[in-house]
Amino acid sequence: MPVTFKVNGNPVTLDVPSDMPLLWALRDALDLKGTKFGCGIAMCGACTVHLDGKPTRSCVTPVSSVEGRAVVTIEGLSLDGSHPLQRVWREMDVPQCGYCQAGQLMTASALLATNPRPTDEEIDEAMNGNLCRCGTYLRIHAGIHEAARRMAAASEAGGADAPTRAGASAGMEERP
Amino acid sequence: MKTRLLLDRRQFLKVGAAAGGGLLITSWLGCRGSGGGGDGMPPEFDLEAFIRIEADGSVTIMAQNPEVGQGVKTELPMLIADELDVAWKDVTVEQADLNTEHYHRQVAGGSTSTPTQWLPMRRVGAAGRAVLVSAAAATWGVPTAEIETSAGVAHHQASGRSLTYGELAAKAASMPTPDPESVPLKDPADFRIIGTPIAGVDNPSIVTGKPLYGIDVVRPGMLYAVFEKCPVFGGEVKTANLDEIRSEPGVRHVFVVEGGDNLSGLLGGVAVVADSWWLAHSARKKLRVTWDEGSTASQSTDGFARKASELFANAPEQALRDDGDVESALQSVRRKVEAEYAYPFIAHAPLEPQNCTAHYQDGKLELWAPTQTPAGGRQLVAETLGMSQGDITLHLTRAGGGFGRRLSNDYLVEAARIAKEVGVPVKLLWSREDCMHHDFYRPAGFHRLEGGVDAAGRLVAWRDHFVSLGRGGRFAPSAGISSDEFPAGYVPGFSLGASLIPCGVPTGALRAPGSNALAFVFQSFIDELAHAAGKDPVLFRLDLLAARSGETRLDAGRMKAVLEMVAARADWGANARLPDGTGKGVAFHFSHRGYFAEVVQARVSRAGKVAVEKVWVVGDIGRQVINPLNAENNAQGGVMDGLSQALGQEITISGGRTRQGNFDAYPLLRHRDRPEVDIHFLVTENSPTGLGEPALPPVIPALCNAIFAVTGKRIRSLPISKHDLSPS
Repeated sequence: MPVTFKVNGNPVTLDVPSDMPLLWALRDALDLKGTKFGCGIAMCGACTVHLDGKPTRSCVTPVSSVEGRAVVTIEGLSLDGSHPLQRVWREMDVPQCGYCQAGQLMTASALLATNPRPTDEEIDEAMNGNLCRCGTYLRIHAGIHEAARRMAAASEAGGADAPTRAGASAGMEERP
Repeated sequence: MKTRLLLDRRQFLKVGAAAGGGLLITSWLGCRGSGGGGDGMPPEFDLEAFIRIEADGSVTIMAQNPEVGQGVKTELPMLIADELDVAWKDVTVEQADLNTEHYHRQVAGGSTSTPTQWLPMRRVGAAGRAVLVSAAAATWGVPTAEIETSAGVAHHQASGRSLTYGELAAKAASMPTPDPESVPLKDPADFRIIGTPIAGVDNPSIVTGKPLYGIDVVRPGMLYAVFEKCPVFGGEVKTANLDEIRSEPGVRHVFVVEGGDNLSGLLGGVAVVADSWWLAHSARKKLRVTWDEGSTASQSTDGFARKASELFANAPEQALRDDGDVESALQSVRRKVEAEYAYPFIAHAPLEPQNCTAHYQDGKLELWAPTQTPAGGRQLVAETLGMSQGDITLHLTRAGGGFGRRLSNDYLVEAARIAKEVGVPVKLLWSREDCMHHDFYRPAGFHRLEGGVDAAGRLVAWRDHFVSLGRGGRFAPSAGISSDEFPAGYVPGFSLGASLIPCGVPTGALRAPGSNALAFVFQSFIDELAHAAGKDPVLFRLDLLAARSGETRLDAGRMKAVLEMVAARADWGANARLPDGTGKGVAFHFSHRGYFAEVVQARVSRAGKVAVEKVWVVGDIGRQVINPLNAENNAQGGVMDGLSQALGQEITISGGRTRQGNFDAYPLLRHRDRPEVDIHFLVTENSPTGLGEPALPPVIPALCNAIFAVTGKRIRSLPISKHDLSPS
């Protein structure tokens, strides 16, 4: 049974096994390699995407369950890598191996979308499901605070630095 | 080829023209049997270069070593770029493929990239600068000594003339390669890139999800493979329902692979190759294999522990070091302490599962893989498949973590074997359970220790019976011990002996191999002896470092300096003022050329739950921290990794197979568990050394010593999660 949903603003129709996790539909059917496979049982968070805006473990989400829904992946977090979290991650040199960071960014961006100035405890709560085997937690944590600070400053200044999201309506202008 | 320059005893440089008129600086290795151009002429190169400068001034620098998250893809090009004297913003870094004709030691392991490449990479950059200066001198008809460079521009101050490297590139390509003796390296005061914070070159791709890793490789017409091996290490396939699996959706090939005896090579199993990884994985769930499990099936971690107890009752099978008369020393001590310590097998668990993409065609093999030892991988594949290494191309991808797991190339040889059978590109990808079940584990080990302090509170006697894994007097991989391991050489009555348990479980190097276990044992036992002596744990260690009595590599002066500094930064003298339930522990360790001392502050709740609040790290890795931004990250990672091991990681074996399959049973440190970390590098007049490993070992005993300070309970086996730390 074909399944139709939106990925980063673009409608897609896939004819893949209905039990195929969204992770593999994204990676192997749609060639969106940013979403990562780490455990397959929702224990590491490397596969996190936004499903209708909510951070979701794509490795345990059957593709059939996303019919008609909107998926945003790391490739669609911004059009050009300009999301404040992406900028901060680059500048603060958050990644080590970098493999978990797409999932960290998707969880963190979902947090900031609903809670623009999270406390330490709220960040802990939101991020605890995302493993970083290299142990970059201190920079992840500081990076979320810094991105939140910048977004608040930009918002006060009139939204100049507000993130542009491909998933909203603009559609993907760049595909890997 | 124009001329060549000796980089070190084996490596030469060559200056030439790039396609399009730029400058190309390549190297080649003059070693025999490398498959290179013999002892006279190097082979021709077009693509492989250390430095490529285009006419427009853009600079491309090749990163030769595998990037596994340690930052080497940024660090080594920084060394070249600084000596070349270009602006970092003008540099593009490209990952080199495996090329043993061009590159010396393309390895990620043992914290070796910095100490081995610190000078050769700088010489590459300096040679590049020298030919550009020569080209400018020839252009202007002035002596080279009158030419200065900065940020990719050559200047002649007397005449006010300047030319960019891009403008000089074509002419530089025809210049003779400079004499190595005359190529000056920068005075460190002139470094513009080395020692400055440089963000990782792959960060832009990482944060936007660009394909970078082995798992992301796609080839035209590619199929996807999974490989089921015997859960008992080294077992072989007896029967399998191959015909049934063949009719599963999307399945293209199913076949039995015969394995060999080498546990780190190709092992027996069943390959399932399908149109997508999910289809291959789904078909595999219906696979029914009967195995010839072999002799390892009777082994277990409980069995190893029982055997260790038996061996402790006897004298060690082999003596490794004896200083003085430990027996009489132990009899004359004021206080004697005896204890048994143990640590478990642990898995590497890099987050990117093992994978390799392979394409076999017309007798040639092309591989794409995240590996820490690409040359070793190619050799293993060549030997296993009966191929010439020259017929194998290996592309290096970024690796989603290594930690020593990817020093072994078993997944490369599996992918190559499968590709040879199917004839089209194929990507082998392991599941997380495959990774947990088929690792080269940090070996478990057991120590029976006796130690004693004299009336003055000095450590005067130390005896360790180390029960490790191995056979026939030979330690299993990474299960050995140096006879030099501290406190060897600092205790007048010292004895180290070992006995071995035969073991069919594959073992291997895990970040700070040896040290990640031995630091726990020895720095914890030293803490016990400090308490027996009634001395402060820092002062006891300082006294010990001041009492060198025998041969040892450890430089007591360097260790004393980091220990004193970490005690000061952690305000060790104020420990008595810590709140109830909170305590500090200290430890130091020398490994991989690095000197590290660390203090952990931990809180233990009434329920016995441990929270690590803060870690202070002071390290001495020589006179230059090449990239401070990355160094801090790397050292923080070492701390988190060590805490993760100490708190919860354990692999158990029964029936010859690993019982943990995924992160639900093998807990890694999580976001909420992170402590604050204070890192300081003590600059000393020593050659720069690596950082991947040495920050890790001390944090484990420092944590255990902190737990003792709070609870009075001594952690003598890991992980800590197995201990009841509630007040009893």
